[in-house]
Amino acid sequence: MRLTELANPSRFNALAERVLPWLVVATVFAFALGLYQALFVAPDDYQQGATVKIMFIHVPSAWLGMLGWALMSVAALGTLVWRHPLADVAMKTAAPIGAAFTLICLVTGALWGRPTWGTYWVWDARLTSVLILFLMYLGVIALWRTVEDPSRAARAAAVLTLVGAINLPIIKFSVDWWNTLHQPASVLRLGGSTIYPTMLIPLLIMAIAFTLLFVTLHLSAMRNEILRRRVRTLRLMRAAAATP
Amino acid sequence: MTALAALLRRDMRLAVRVGGGALMGVLFFLIVVAMVPFALGPDLALLARTGPAILWIGALLASLLALDRLFAGDHEDGSLDLILMGRAPLELAVAAKALAHWLTTGLPLVIAAPLLGLFLNLAPAAIGAVALTLLVGTPALTCIGLIGAALAVALRRGGLLVPVLVLPLTVPVLIFGVAASNAALTGPLPFGTPFTILVALTLASMVLGPFAAAAALRHGLD
Repeated sequence: MRLTELANPSRFNALAERVLPWLVVATVFAFALGLYQALFVAPDDYQQGATVKIMFIHVPSAWLGMLGWALMSVAALGTLVWRHPLADVAMKTAAPIGAAFTLICLVTGALWGRPTWGTYWVWDARLTSVLILFLMYLGVIALWRTVEDPSRAARAAAVLTLVGAINLPIIKFSVDWWNTLHQPASVLRLGGSTIYPTMLIPLLIMAIAFTLLFVTLHLSAMRNEILRRRVRTLRLMRAAAATP
Repeated sequence: MTALAALLRRDMRLAVRVGGGALMGVLFFLIVVAMVPFALGPDLALLARTGPAILWIGALLASLLALDRLFAGDHEDGSLDLILMGRAPLELAVAAKALAHWLTTGLPLVIAAPLLGLFLNLAPAAIGAVALTLLVGTPALTCIGLIGAALAVALRRGGLLVPVLVLPLTVPVLIFGVAASNAALTGPLPFGTPFTILVALTLASMVLGPFAAAAALRHGLD
């Protein structure tokens, strides 16, 4: 099933309907395994105690918030450069999901910061740039909801998504460039990760679970968006036929 | 070259005419900066400390609100289509419009800033620093605002959409502009460090802004 064959919305919908039940099962299984590992297998931190387990939700949400925007950027290139018919559907549906994961990251981070740092929020470089990412997600969603015609909205949103993609390397490297309060990179860094395997393995399993959740939600949202556009077209056709 | 110079001259002439809105930005800047002491109270020390930030936010909001006269007028009377179809590359035409916009909206803000600095009891070093950082930073605000204005050009009632889209992108300019101004005042940090980064941001936005705006115009108007 090549990408060009998937450009046909009906074929995409058929594929999505076949794949989704498996994805749901895989997601549930991955979450069960990940949560078991995180809650019962991973050790407590010597300083923070059990509070460190917020990490198993906070870090994958952060990764997925950024992955969402990266996916939207690739889809934006698909819209503007290759004119793939379903690229704008992928871009539109990824935005609310990515925004939700970014919000989860910010909220869990604040809840984690209160007992450990003593404050819910601080204007540290990473927190600020993730907040900006969240605001840009809301901006893209607002743009989609302001322009009437879906294809025109798609192109405008594609340009905005590509412009906003500059925030992703800023978020990633912000914690190296300005070392204030947020912990520096511990997983993806030159010289290998600095987390001990008993915590790293559950973290990676939770990351896989979150990614499966993203893919499941995204695929079913894409299916819904295709159906929604069909309904819109039918309504327009009926209104056009009704006028004398 | 001649086409771009003509476009520049046309935009500047239109801006200073009645209904052009060229100096409205400065008026808004003045009013906003005058309102802040009503909210903060007349404590001169507090105003002096927060002065650079107040001036920068006032300049940012004034630039933002002036953005809708960038493309909207041309879109309404059809000249935007002519510009799109013209021989000059769209990116350069958009850059020429941005230059005209900055000369008529941004530069007056820079000239007005020292006077408003006196209202806020800023030290002379701070006034100079704020004026210099605004001189370097307002082109960045214009070029980043170009992108939002181009995205919203076909919307009749975009409302607050352009500020919502543009403000997150202008955050680095604001951060380094105020950091440079404050560094001239207090500051273990030398003025040069954040100022150089501000210059870099402006230069980058002068390239990226017209490209993104031209792409937005091309894709949004067919």
